[in-house]
Amino acid sequence: MKPTKSIVRATIALLTGALAFGISAPAFAASTTDATINIGSLYEPQNLDNTGGGGQGVTEALNGNVYESLFKLNDSGKLTNLLAKSYKISADGLTYTITLRSGVKFHSGKALTSDDVKFSLSKVTAADSLSARKSAFTVVSSVATPDANTVVIKLSNRSISLIYNLSYVWILNSAATDFKTKADGTGPYTFGNWVHGSTIKLDRFAGYWGPKAKNKSVVFHYFTDATALNNALLTGAVDVITSVQSPDALASFKGTKFKITNGKSTTKLLLVFNDRVAPFNNVLVRKAVSSAIDDAKLLKSIWGNYGQVIGSMVPPTDPWYINLNKVNPYNVTLAKKLLAKAGLAKGFTFTLDTPNYDPHPAAAAFIKSELAKVGITVNINVITADEWYTRVFKKTDYVATLQEHVNDRDVVWYGNPDFYWGYNNQDVTAWVNQAEQATSAAKQTTLLKKVNRKIAEDAASDWIYLYPQIVVASSKVSGYPLNGLNSQFFAYNIVKK
Amino acid sequence: MIELRGRSERFGERSDWLRRRLASLLASLAAASILLFLVVRLLPGDPANALLSAESTPEQIAAARRLVGSDVPLQQQFLHWLGQLGTLDFGESFISGLDVRAEIASRLAITVPLTLGGFVLALFVAVPVGYLAAARARSWLGVLIGNLSQFGIAIPVFWVGIVLTFVFALRLGWLPAGGFPLDGWSERGEAMRSLLLPVLTIAIVMSASLTRYVRSATLDVIGSDFIRTARAQGASYGRAMWQHGLRNAAAPVISVLGIELATTFIGAVVVEQVFALPGLGSLLVRAIAQHDYQVIQGVLFVSTLVVLCSGFVADLIQRLVDPRLAATRAGHAR
Repeated sequence: MKPTKSIVRATIALLTGALAFGISAPAFAASTTDATINIGSLYEPQNLDNTGGGGQGVTEALNGNVYESLFKLNDSGKLTNLLAKSYKISADGLTYTITLRSGVKFHSGKALTSDDVKFSLSKVTAADSLSARKSAFTVVSSVATPDANTVVIKLSNRSISLIYNLSYVWILNSAATDFKTKADGTGPYTFGNWVHGSTIKLDRFAGYWGPKAKNKSVVFHYFTDATALNNALLTGAVDVITSVQSPDALASFKGTKFKITNGKSTTKLLLVFNDRVAPFNNVLVRKAVSSAIDDAKLLKSIWGNYGQVIGSMVPPTDPWYINLNKVNPYNVTLAKKLLAKAGLAKGFTFTLDTPNYDPHPAAAAFIKSELAKVGITVNINVITADEWYTRVFKKTDYVATLQEHVNDRDVVWYGNPDFYWGYNNQDVTAWVNQAEQATSAAKQTTLLKKVNRKIAEDAASDWIYLYPQIVVASSKVSGYPLNGLNSQFFAYNIVKK
Repeated sequence: MIELRGRSERFGERSDWLRRRLASLLASLAAASILLFLVVRLLPGDPANALLSAESTPEQIAAARRLVGSDVPLQQQFLHWLGQLGTLDFGESFISGLDVRAEIASRLAITVPLTLGGFVLALFVAVPVGYLAAARARSWLGVLIGNLSQFGIAIPVFWVGIVLTFVFALRLGWLPAGGFPLDGWSERGEAMRSLLLPVLTIAIVMSASLTRYVRSATLDVIGSDFIRTARAQGASYGRAMWQHGLRNAAAPVISVLGIELATTFIGAVVVEQVFALPGLGSLLVRAIAQHDYQVIQGVLFVSTLVVLCSGFVADLIQRLVDPRLAATRAGHAR
């Protein structure tokens, strides 16, 4: 139907039919395996390419559902083989030989081969790649495909995270050309259609190599307004909300019709100091500020009884987590002493660049009132996400800012002195590099625990709290992921009564 | 013979006015297209930022700038935009990779029925109610309508939307709280159900202000000399109003209608947000957040076109209803 005709028909249909139109109940799906699962989300993808700036939404909708990787990070954070049937590591740790699972087909019908894996890796490492994992693959020196089922990856240095990093590389059809608006993966769902600004539909793939999806199709419904999203669940228009961002809304989901689950999150709210500039180039000042803010109180005021204070960058789902809340405890007297020791007994004034979206403005107001108690004056400067990228992130032209960091295992960024927070400790940089080249997971964990403790002792940033991961669903559905690590949301096990 | 010459003179005047009015429409459109190109680029920030994560490297930032074209000189971007306008092809979004013209068309399939539906419904309510308020101006009914319409103007449109959602979707469960069917207008019944509350929201707010205009225009006519003269010559009140009052009252109201329609079209974004409708407004809001220049330019150009055209049509109808305008300088310049 041509657009103009469609508009005219639509208008006429509405004007002529609206008054005469009777009100009827919406159609309801029948049996379990024929069910359509409606998922509500605030994160519509920007495009479908996870190496082309697709954003958090494309991971949520397509990762593990439409596209698959060689390895899978499951909902509890454990790595398992997916498109890789098995793999071997050479004695020097520099060669990975991966055997592919046989009988895997793309939705278009083409069989998966090692060339597709090589192509997919090259897309992540390409010059124009915007993949958040690009830098993790600089260690890859070559990728060979001796036969259709074998991939040999050679490294310039050991990389203990290689298998983990490969779980983020979607295996694409090397014959495909458009990755922004089309998707041809090997996952349990084919990409149905995308009504921009509204929905993405996925349909069960009959030719899937593994256990078939337990529902017929999945529709992601996108909202820009959290209240509209909550209303959709209340009225049955969606069955599950992937991540509730407003705890106030939870009161409306009480009762037996809904289930609220509190899963594990990897998203941290940070008060980021620019460690390069005064006064935050002084560790005493950073520690004083960290001790002057009651993180637990702020968490409670924003999230009620959800979420967790962790005292560092590492969430409990990372293997190198340690509870470091006692390193910079909330203690106003201690904060004042540290300030005096730093020669700032009378306090000081600084500007806090605050992104204009929740929860940053509320957190900034709280921080301002807490720091006033130790004589520090905070000027809150509310900025757009765009200004944050341009001025704070790229130019590092700021003194302090608030930001949420969503990924797991991202403590390693403290080993990069050029990163926007400018934390520069040679020991930490060395430990991060050594951890990556460790010969065992135990050694890696030991080194990264040292990093974790050191950055906490230096108060490199103030890690205010770990967000909760709240999923709310109709009690008619089950089998949905509770943790949604790194924004992924596997839909294939969801069933509806 | 004399009559024939009179008709041809009138026709000449009309076509002359039409030519000048069309020329002014095109000139406004040309000026607007230049202005909106510049305004979009005056927005602080870079469209490349929408594609980046908080852990991007400098090479990735440069790659994103190349991808969205923000590294191309401004004059080159402008020439490209002019070329696109010539063919009415707004190109592809650098961020989503979508064809902008097709995307705008699919969004108009929601925003146009939403706006027109609300407009027509408001008109059906406002004209009789406004007339009644004027005719019974001194009675309790006239005062009540006057006060209610004043109250209606004061209510924000999103609040009306929230209340209607609460009552008809959450409490009674009669209509959906938001969203639009997966297959769009192919599911006509569901599509209309989805639009009923949004249309009602717009109609309630718009009918309040339109009622005020109709009431005010009718009151002017009721107190006019020509109605008094018609009555003095023996015409009944109804006949005097029908023969002489209606046209006179309609002219100023039509002018307001053109503006109201354009304002509602632009303002539909609020209603679309409340009801999670994938209309033109929500496309624009997202595009602005992402600095998606191609989409912003395309949407703003189409919106400008709609606003200018609705003004043009309102002028045209006004002149048909009130031929006196043709004879006045003001009428020519309008």
